[in-house]
Amino acid sequence: MNLTNRKRVFDPISATFTLIIIASLVVFNVLPLIKILIESFTNADGVTYSFMGYVRAFQYEQNREAIIHTLVSSSLAALLSTIIGFIFAYCSCYLKMRFKRLFDFVALLPIISPPFAMSLSTILLFGGKGLISKTLLGIQNANIYGFWGLLFAQTFSFFPMAYLALKGVLASIDPSIEEAARDMGSSRWKTFTKVTLPLALPGIGNAFLVVFIKCVADFGNPNFIGGDYLTMATQIYFQATGGYEMQRCCALAMLLLVMTLIIYLLSQSVLTKRTYVTITGKATRERTPIEEKHITIPLNIFCGVVTALVLLMYFMIPVVSFIKVWGVNYEFTFKNYQQAWKLGSEALFDTLWLAVITTPLTGLLSMLMSFLIVRKKNKLTGLMNTLGMMGMIIPGTILGYAYVLQFNEPPIVLTGSLILMVASCCSRYLPLGLSSGVTSLRQIDPSIEESAADLGANSMKVFVKVTIPLIRSAFFGGLVYVFVRTMTSMSALIFFVSPRHQLLTTTIMRMVADGRYGAACAMGTMMIIVVLIAIACLYGLIGLFGVNRKEIKLL
Amino acid sequence: MKNTNTKNVTLKNVIREYVSPDKKTFRAVNDISLEIHSGEFVTLLGPSGCGKTTTLRMIAGFENPTSGDVFIGDENVTAVTPDNRDTAMVFQSYALFPHYDVFNNISFGLRLRKLKEDEINKRTKEIMELVGLKGLGERLPNQLSGGQQQRVALARALVVEPGVLLFDEPLSNLDAKLRVSMRNEIKRIQRRLGITSIYVTHDQSEAMALSDRVIVMNKGVIEQIGTPNEIYSHPASVFVADFIGRSNFIECKVRSVGEGVTTVDMYGKTLEIQDTAWQNRTAGQTVTVMARPESVRLADQGVFKTHINSSIFMGAMQEYICDTDGMQIIVEDYDYAQHKAYSEGEDVYVAFKENTLHII
Repeated sequence: MNLTNRKRVFDPISATFTLIIIASLVVFNVLPLIKILIESFTNADGVTYSFMGYVRAFQYEQNREAIIHTLVSSSLAALLSTIIGFIFAYCSCYLKMRFKRLFDFVALLPIISPPFAMSLSTILLFGGKGLISKTLLGIQNANIYGFWGLLFAQTFSFFPMAYLALKGVLASIDPSIEEAARDMGSSRWKTFTKVTLPLALPGIGNAFLVVFIKCVADFGNPNFIGGDYLTMATQIYFQATGGYEMQRCCALAMLLLVMTLIIYLLSQSVLTKRTYVTITGKATRERTPIEEKHITIPLNIFCGVVTALVLLMYFMIPVVSFIKVWGVNYEFTFKNYQQAWKLGSEALFDTLWLAVITTPLTGLLSMLMSFLIVRKKNKLTGLMNTLGMMGMIIPGTILGYAYVLQFNEPPIVLTGSLILMVASCCSRYLPLGLSSGVTSLRQIDPSIEESAADLGANSMKVFVKVTIPLIRSAFFGGLVYVFVRTMTSMSALIFFVSPRHQLLTTTIMRMVADGRYGAACAMGTMMIIVVLIAIACLYGLIGLFGVNRKEIKLL
Repeated sequence: MKNTNTKNVTLKNVIREYVSPDKKTFRAVNDISLEIHSGEFVTLLGPSGCGKTTTLRMIAGFENPTSGDVFIGDENVTAVTPDNRDTAMVFQSYALFPHYDVFNNISFGLRLRKLKEDEINKRTKEIMELVGLKGLGERLPNQLSGGQQQRVALARALVVEPGVLLFDEPLSNLDAKLRVSMRNEIKRIQRRLGITSIYVTHDQSEAMALSDRVIVMNKGVIEQIGTPNEIYSHPASVFVADFIGRSNFIECKVRSVGEGVTTVDMYGKTLEIQDTAWQNRTAGQTVTVMARPESVRLADQGVFKTHINSSIFMGAMQEYICDTDGMQIIVEDYDYAQHKAYSEGEDVYVAFKENTLHII
């Protein structure tokens, strides 16, 4: 008894790990942001400090526009996404429907595809040479670039995210609460407005804000389809890479960062009000699905149309990859693949290499951190948790820019190295694995690990032999997520692209900019195939470890 | 405060089938007919999966029968939605509206009926006083104890003065002591209001304590309907005898049948047993005789020799588990202070109180 107590009080192994992880998180998550903060106050002479950066950031008309654009388009896209996502979630939880599984499949598509997939398909369908706009409707020079295109692309990119979040919210409502209302004499509609909606409201608010953050930080869609409709993320990128004045650009970056932070804190405070959903006893039975035709038919039609549209959008990419010249000559060809291979094979291998390095590193790190956070609970590990979760709310563009500023000059010079790419992906995709690891570990009785320690295993052994196997589904879920996101990410990595380290997403972007839609789609198709193969391999590996596939949750 | 609206409930040949994902049909409720009188307290009792909750939910309207009819009062409500049925349910999970305070939870149904504000106030206050929630009107459900939440759920159902009150295992989330006091409370309020009540439980002591009549269900069918005394003393089947209390079952041969009396052979000895179903017996037939453990005695001398496998002091009684020619007999001695105590391994005799034996 004494022995184990002493072990828990001071454990040199976990203390060392905690300190090392905190140090690296400070280097890669905190210092770069401080650097941006300092730069935003540093005048051009590099010695004096002032608020002029912020003043000029607001004086610059493009910036003012970008701020308004970001707020308007993001809030609208988040609103539409939340509404569509809610309808889908409601159908999934309350209705008797045939294609529920299809919903979940559709919800997974944005995760395994590059962040600009929707923009690309929107352009291919509704753009100047679009299938619907030009070929079917005969509109010449249709201009989809701008506000409407962005709103459309973002809504379709992000509503699945709202759907997944809201599905969880609605599923956690005890169906007998609604039955009680029905039993007291309230109609379906009254039950919905007086019980279901108020109970789901905090969750709806949270879903809205989460999508809002995504839209505000989104770089892929505005960059692809925004055209003249500049947003803060694209504006920061152009100013940062275009050699404009650094102080003003850092000031704008700080504004975006503060904005996302505020939205994030808001979303968290909204979420804490949700506690009442599960206060009374456990949900005792499954919800009896609604079968009334006047409810199911309209909702089915809505979801069917939206699902078909999403599938069509994603289907476009492989289809276009086999077409000679989109919008002009719809002949079948393999040429696009030849061209894509010539222009992009290097980028494909570079990106794959990056993902292969990042995935196990991030996966192991998140599990190690979860273990330390849950089982060695103290102030230090609490700090580590906060630092680790930071990556979730830092927009990619800002992280990339901050790395460029921070690691271009001493004390740590890493410019052009793979380390920066790996670190940025790790920082951004760590939080998911970390939070799912922490959650699943909290559900496991600590006495299992304590008994191992009691039998003489040190904390390293306990972690490897007991903890990892216990939380393996969170671990593998994290691996799949990190791999896929790294393969398809762009916003932060775009800052580190060099002839030595090329990137799949930026290569595709360049092809689109050059008008090589066929090659871009061929490249995108290859990317999706590589991602799917990798997921299949990981699932195979998971099977070897005896994890049920259904336990694995993406996103 | 007597409820004048109370109604009777009739089920006619009700069947409820479910189709599992692999297309197999499963009958949760298999052709049930029953009649519950106005003002009566009836319990649906049975193990989990016996169809009792499904039956209750069909009365409430949450499930539709695959075939058959449900009547509340004189009205056939089979196709009527729950909001238009004159029932009110107390749920297992209480199902309180977490976003409303106690007062608004209870007055929910009254508001939907568009009553005047002072009428709503008056009736809600009355009910709150009746169930002992006075002064808690502004609390939110998560600020209440389990027992208080239970009272709110009860009050919410009572306040709309339903024709039928439904209970879906309402006490199963409470601890043992609270369960007993709440069930007395329910009984008191039901008696006071005289409202037809249908109560689902798997707890036989709850069923015994509350009910005018108990309906024992198993595998979707009714095994027996009767007063608590009838189902305990004269179970209609081995299942009922086994489910309600503990029982010893002894296979015997019928020797002869007389009016109201059946004579059986038990281990070579002859016993005369009171038997209401004597007309169904024939000499030479094998029947099962049930003996409740408390109606079996141990003695130094007698006719049935047995061996004590275990003797355990349980507080309220001394429990013996005996072996008689390979058959287990359980004996519960509640008067152990007056009787001789036996210990494990002893060979003794068992004696049956003949008037408590029952042929199934």
